[in-house]
Amino acid sequence: MEDALFIHRLHFGFTITFHYLFPQLTMGLAPLIVVLKTLAIRRNDERYNHAARFWAKVFAINFVLGVVTGIPMEFQFGTNWAQFSKLTGGVIGQPLMMEGVYSFFLESAFLGLFLFGEQRLSKWAHWGTAFMVFLGSWLSGYFIIVANAWMQHPVGYTRGADGSFQVASFLQVAMNPWAILQYSHTMSGAVVTGSFFMAAVGAFYLLERKHEEQARIFVRVGVIAGVIFSILQVFPTGDLHGRYLAKHQPAAIAAMEGLWHSERGAPLVIMGQPDVEKQRIDNPLVVNKLLSFLIYGTTVAKVEGLDRFPKEDWPTNIPLLYYSYHIMAGLGTMFIAIMVAAAFLLWRRRLYASRWMLWILMLSLPFPYIANTAGWMTAELGRQPWLVYGLLRTQHGFSTNVSAGNGLFTLLGFMGVYALLAIIFLFLISRVIARGPVPEEISPSPISVSTV
Amino acid sequence: METIWFVLVALMITAYVVLDGFDLGAGILHLVIARTDQERRTVFRTIGPVWDGNEVFLIAGGGTLFFAFPAFYASSFSGFYLPLCIVLWLLIGRAAGIEFRHHLDNTVWTGIFDACFCFSSALLAIFFGTALGNVIRGVAIDKGGFFFAPLWTNWRVGSDPGILDWYTVIAGLVALVALAMHGALYIAVKTDGVLNQRARRSAAILWPVLIVITIVSLIGTASVRPQVLDNFRNHPIGLLIPILVVSALTGIFAFSRKGEDRKAFLSSCVYLASMLAGAAFGLYPNLLPARNDPANSLTIYNSASGHHGLTYGLIWWGIGMAFAVTYFVIVYRMFRGKVTADASGYGH
Repeated sequence: MEDALFIHRLHFGFTITFHYLFPQLTMGLAPLIVVLKTLAIRRNDERYNHAARFWAKVFAINFVLGVVTGIPMEFQFGTNWAQFSKLTGGVIGQPLMMEGVYSFFLESAFLGLFLFGEQRLSKWAHWGTAFMVFLGSWLSGYFIIVANAWMQHPVGYTRGADGSFQVASFLQVAMNPWAILQYSHTMSGAVVTGSFFMAAVGAFYLLERKHEEQARIFVRVGVIAGVIFSILQVFPTGDLHGRYLAKHQPAAIAAMEGLWHSERGAPLVIMGQPDVEKQRIDNPLVVNKLLSFLIYGTTVAKVEGLDRFPKEDWPTNIPLLYYSYHIMAGLGTMFIAIMVAAAFLLWRRRLYASRWMLWILMLSLPFPYIANTAGWMTAELGRQPWLVYGLLRTQHGFSTNVSAGNGLFTLLGFMGVYALLAIIFLFLISRVIARGPVPEEISPSPISVSTV
Repeated sequence: METIWFVLVALMITAYVVLDGFDLGAGILHLVIARTDQERRTVFRTIGPVWDGNEVFLIAGGGTLFFAFPAFYASSFSGFYLPLCIVLWLLIGRAAGIEFRHHLDNTVWTGIFDACFCFSSALLAIFFGTALGNVIRGVAIDKGGFFFAPLWTNWRVGSDPGILDWYTVIAGLVALVALAMHGALYIAVKTDGVLNQRARRSAAILWPVLIVITIVSLIGTASVRPQVLDNFRNHPIGLLIPILVVSALTGIFAFSRKGEDRKAFLSSCVYLASMLAGAAFGLYPNLLPARNDPANSLTIYNSASGHHGLTYGLIWWGIGMAFAVTYFVIVYRMFRGKVTADASGYGH
């Protein structure tokens, strides 16, 4: 059974990780497109509409990939985690149902109107469709986070005689403090991806000396949004989320930080490799007392190490959790440095000529994806060994009726299908970027969402 | 309260079949009805702005099912594990067929995605029919409410049948023919000229096949699971459903002959909706009958969420669906009318 559990975890982990590569960009680009549409109207400047049209293409291809890889997620609760679904459907079914009913209909309807309706709608109505797409994608994010936050920090439920969880107060579930912190942190992370992406494409064109007028818009909007959200990502969203985590999942934070033993004035490990057997960090690079300060605001506070918790409550993969967290935090710090430097140059009006900075912006493109993925891995690995923190263990949640062999069959199938999708996606998005924001007529009658 | 949710879930599934059904059907037939690249583009343009919204009914229906009947969702999704994962792959293939075909003007590229779209649409139709067949026929469920159904065993309807047996294969074929015809009628409504004629001709060929296979499947149902007739016997109002089916089938034939494409298409909508309503009526209050021991059947009572959640969920669901219906009205109004074969403005 151990075997089947591993396959089911890998199944969900693989498909969700691949899936989240797409929504993080669409959720990040959606508000930026609204910004472009707003600037077009406020400044009465057609160049911003032009920019919005280009980004709508990138958005649409990503959206399609997000949809097709998202449908399996909705089904996998049932296929691979049947025991969990049966027990918790009374609670997390609620936000998942609402995501479908409230946001997917909204998104799909208004995306069509946004992409195909520019000629048929007034400029404010078209702005409205962009805003609705933004609203739909951000609502969808909220409902998903509500479901996840309930697993991380269950509130507002009762338990039935059969052990099942039932919603007692939907308001409490929806207003879970964990959800609000996690949502702000996640959405800010998505905007970081969106703004780095936009800035990177702009920097690419400036380095190529092509489409320079549009490229400056991309770099400017990308850098301004980038500097704001890179900072918000750490402070206050990351900071508050970390403190809340320390309060409610102390074992997770101990493993993330590689803190084996409870300590007063605990150090912050910047780098080093955790050795689970010997319970120490190899080759450590630490800042003394900083961890206590970050969590409790004083350098003498005691931070609980893993030794405070029974071993069966330790996160199951401590090294991976530790690395995920450190990669996320390290990259987050790097993003602030890059974006503050770029914003400074923008303010001094030297950015477009600073080729070294443009190179950095362009090459930074993949890193927000890595940071967002690592962040989710931190959240999900930190929750282990629980599915519902403190209440339902992961080993009691998977589909016991689906054997490891069947699970592996479909896992391999998904890997193959997603490999093909990834190739097609990279090919199509490269074509869009290679062609660039060239002026063209707007498609009056659509064939499909991704081919505007 | 459970009954209300049973009806609402059935409504969402029906909406999914009626709406996504026509773009599935368009996919099944587009290689036959549309021969040139120009014609195929026109077919795609009839479904382009709406297919994604139609498919949302599947996702939202899945979410609603999870919320209202978690035990049934958990048991059936894991029990029908393999076919469900295959359905997911087919849904991906179909979306790729629709969305990626037009990015390149290259016959190899469009050929691949045309084939992909046709193949996955046809198989999906069969799978959906088979799924319904399985739910009506029932499976062997253990005391804990779980099962794991193999794809096929000996193709007979025994006490522990596979997902595919003669009965469910027939159900799959009914779905294939019915949705193909649904798609043909939709294309006829949305196009004119040669496409419209070919679509009408396809529908005319499919109509007698559908009649025969519908009758065969109904006889099959009565022999495989005679209990479905109980509800009709006890509540004669249910007999309106077969009357609707018959009049819808007649309507398809009569309106097609008169060239009233829109009315023929609406009749086809009524046909699909009344077939599904009949299935739901016969099934109630079961969600998935157990073939081995009726006591193990999953019913709306032993599968439902808590009352508090169901009651409040009804309010949230109602408001959300009111919005959703509004969007659908807006989108369908905006893209109403026939799609012309005008070649300009692909703009990709």
